[in-house]
Amino acid sequence: MSRVRDNYENSRARKLKRWYDGDVDLLQEITEIKAPPAEQEQVPEAWRIQQSEAQASQNLMWPQGMSEETVWEGRQKPTEEQIYRNLEASGLWSFEKLYRVMAVILCAAIIAVLLWTVTALPMFGEAGNPANNEVPQRYIESGVQETGAVNFVTGMILDYRAFDTFGESCVLFIASCCVLVLLRVDIAVKGRNGENLGEDDTVFEPRNDVVLQTAAKILVPMILVFGIYIVLNGHLSPGGGFSGGAVLGSGLILYLNAFGFKKTHRFFTEKVYRRMTLCALTFYCLAKSYSFFTGANHLESGIPLGTPGAILSSGLILPLNICVGLVVACTMYAFFTLFRKGGM
Amino acid sequence: MSFVQNFPFFSIIIAMFSGIVSAVISGKKARNLSIFAIGVTTCMSAAVLAYTWKTGESYTYMMGHFPAPWGNEIRAGVLEGLTALMFGVVMLLSVMGGLDHTEKDVEGSKLNLFYIMIDLMLSSLLALVYTNDLFTAYVFVEINTIAGCGLIMIRQWGRSLSAAIRYMVMSSLGSGLFLIGLSLLYDVTGQLLMIPAKEAVAQLAATDAYVIPMLVILAVISVGLAIKSGLYPFHYWIPDTYAYATPAASAVLSGLVSKGYIFLLIKILYRVMSPEHLMESYTLDVLYWFGIAGMMMGSIHAIQEKDTGRMIAYSSVAQIGYIYMGIGLGTQAGTTAAIFHIFSHGATKALLFISAVGLYEASGGERDYLSLRGAGYRNPLAAIGFTVGAMSMVGFPMLSGFISKLLFATSAFENTGKLLPTLIALAISTTLNAVYFLRLVISLYRPEKRKVDEVHRDSWNLRLAVVCFILLNLVLGLFSQPIVRAIGQGLIMFS
Repeated sequence: MSRVRDNYENSRARKLKRWYDGDVDLLQEITEIKAPPAEQEQVPEAWRIQQSEAQASQNLMWPQGMSEETVWEGRQKPTEEQIYRNLEASGLWSFEKLYRVMAVILCAAIIAVLLWTVTALPMFGEAGNPANNEVPQRYIESGVQETGAVNFVTGMILDYRAFDTFGESCVLFIASCCVLVLLRVDIAVKGRNGENLGEDDTVFEPRNDVVLQTAAKILVPMILVFGIYIVLNGHLSPGGGFSGGAVLGSGLILYLNAFGFKKTHRFFTEKVYRRMTLCALTFYCLAKSYSFFTGANHLESGIPLGTPGAILSSGLILPLNICVGLVVACTMYAFFTLFRKGGM
Repeated sequence: MSFVQNFPFFSIIIAMFSGIVSAVISGKKARNLSIFAIGVTTCMSAAVLAYTWKTGESYTYMMGHFPAPWGNEIRAGVLEGLTALMFGVVMLLSVMGGLDHTEKDVEGSKLNLFYIMIDLMLSSLLALVYTNDLFTAYVFVEINTIAGCGLIMIRQWGRSLSAAIRYMVMSSLGSGLFLIGLSLLYDVTGQLLMIPAKEAVAQLAATDAYVIPMLVILAVISVGLAIKSGLYPFHYWIPDTYAYATPAASAVLSGLVSKGYIFLLIKILYRVMSPEHLMESYTLDVLYWFGIAGMMMGSIHAIQEKDTGRMIAYSSVAQIGYIYMGIGLGTQAGTTAAIFHIFSHGATKALLFISAVGLYEASGGERDYLSLRGAGYRNPLAAIGFTVGAMSMVGFPMLSGFISKLLFATSAFENTGKLLPTLIALAISTTLNAVYFLRLVISLYRPEKRKVDEVHRDSWNLRLAVVCFILLNLVLGLFSQPIVRAIGQGLIMFS
């Protein structure tokens, strides 16, 4: 019995099945790079020396002063040839090759089908297209009276189809929650300074790069003001919460890069981030719930639309744009900070 | 307009709002808030069901001040109310049953994030059930995908992380295909709301216009949603995802998430597409045959598995196959059977995942079926729960699985072309189900040489959840007539 089983275990069919099930990774043990254990005690010292020598920028590639050669220390770095020889020895290389060829053929086939479909679609930009029906007509013709927003697009996403936009803000919110799940390091548990340098980048801050700081001094205020302008004028000109929020977020990221966490934490900590997101989404949720409820029950909402074109006009759209802008800016900033080690 | 008509909207917003608030409160409070929100939305869904059942017709609900082709809209009928009610009940019991494990598996400071995922998952499921707007459906599909990923990877363990990546890749592929389908559909019809889109599609069918795009749209949307719900050739992400997430997440993912996508697919096939296009494109036949393949292959994989969690997960592949087979029959009876199986599988699979946890704990954390030998004496209630779930999956009379198999078999008689394959597939698949489930049940009750030193007692919430799930199974099995009638009536007012 066992002999039969052994035969089966070593057979090509069994290997194929395991490969198909994903149990064997052909490149495992061949291409992965294992970082050597960090020498915890020496790092702050080493870091200070390196910093004084102004070599900081080069050392970010490899952990703690390692270079590419030392990572492969004690192991022979496999050449490409060796990798392929190993693969061939495993007896599965032909399957892998077949798999790759099939994947390319499949992709090409899908591309061909989609291109073929595009040729059968209505011509782009023609007046008689199905998409030019009563729906965009009403958005264009009576959008200004009905929503008070001169910018139709904003009127459409924040008034006609505001439920979708609320969903989209929640997508951003839950995406940043997922990143928090993966990347947030518990400072309370692991200690902020020194103890766990592998877990925390913030001790290496700020890097005090003169060029960056000078540029940031000039650019950050402009970027932030421009972002606020885009958010506040979302109902009047192209822009709005999503684009303005992205600009605001990039301004914050630039500031963080130039001046480090300590200065940023004076006005923007994780607490602020969470409260801001909470307030923005709560306001959005309550305001739009009110408007959905009155709309569906055919009640007057009682929110004045104002004169189209004025900054204080178009009812709820301006505050909603601000909310969306805050959520987007916070999410961008959170993504950036979380992708370095050590949390916000 | 009756106040009850607001409830679908309220339940979606309550679920979302509790998710947003959970971001700033502690894990314990987030847990209570989440359970409260699920409870309230479940009661609301019951009220919607009662209301629509009494009035006998579905109604649409404007989301805002603008009517159908311009503004968003949701729609509620008997079927929507019933599905939302079932989803709520299964979700509540899953979260309660997995409570202790959630706290063990999730880092303390990240516990509130877990409940954010649960709340937003609930809101997205409710929105998928109620929505009458294709783009709203896409937005909530996105929320659902990301929340699903979060639920898997919140247990920060190598295998669950790799499972989450796999889920992310496959699920994004599905979302992408679905989005391509939606934009093509918008291009040829100019509508995003389902009812105006149906009119436009019917007109296209009448004038024979845009035949190729319609074919591609049907293919792309069906394949996209099939990938996301784990139909057979796209089932690759299922076993790891379900087996290595924390138990509450496994129960929610297997019992509800894939079902939300299937419900959306049924909605699009019958509320948007025209019968002519369905006939010409053979979409239903393709779904039918892949469903049958899934029934076989899922069970065969399950037989090969030693790990209980992965075995239950592969069994899900088979059960998803059943549901697609029912849809593929193309008759109202077939769809009724598929929807009944959505409920029955949701209740049963969640029961299996939750009660299996009790069995692992009684066996020192071991999960393969040899180590579970005699676990029935060490943890009697969990073993009873597991046995009931297994019997229900196999199709034991009095339990929900029997009724769904009966419905599948009887509905096949209306479609003579598919009668024989359906009956043969049901027979073979039932036998295969029995092989792996009964093997485990028998091993649970095998007297063991080791002495039973102490009967393992689970916490009260796990025991309560198991008892409630068993009752739910019995209710679905014994009082199936009114439920089947409600599904039938719901389907009539559905499209």
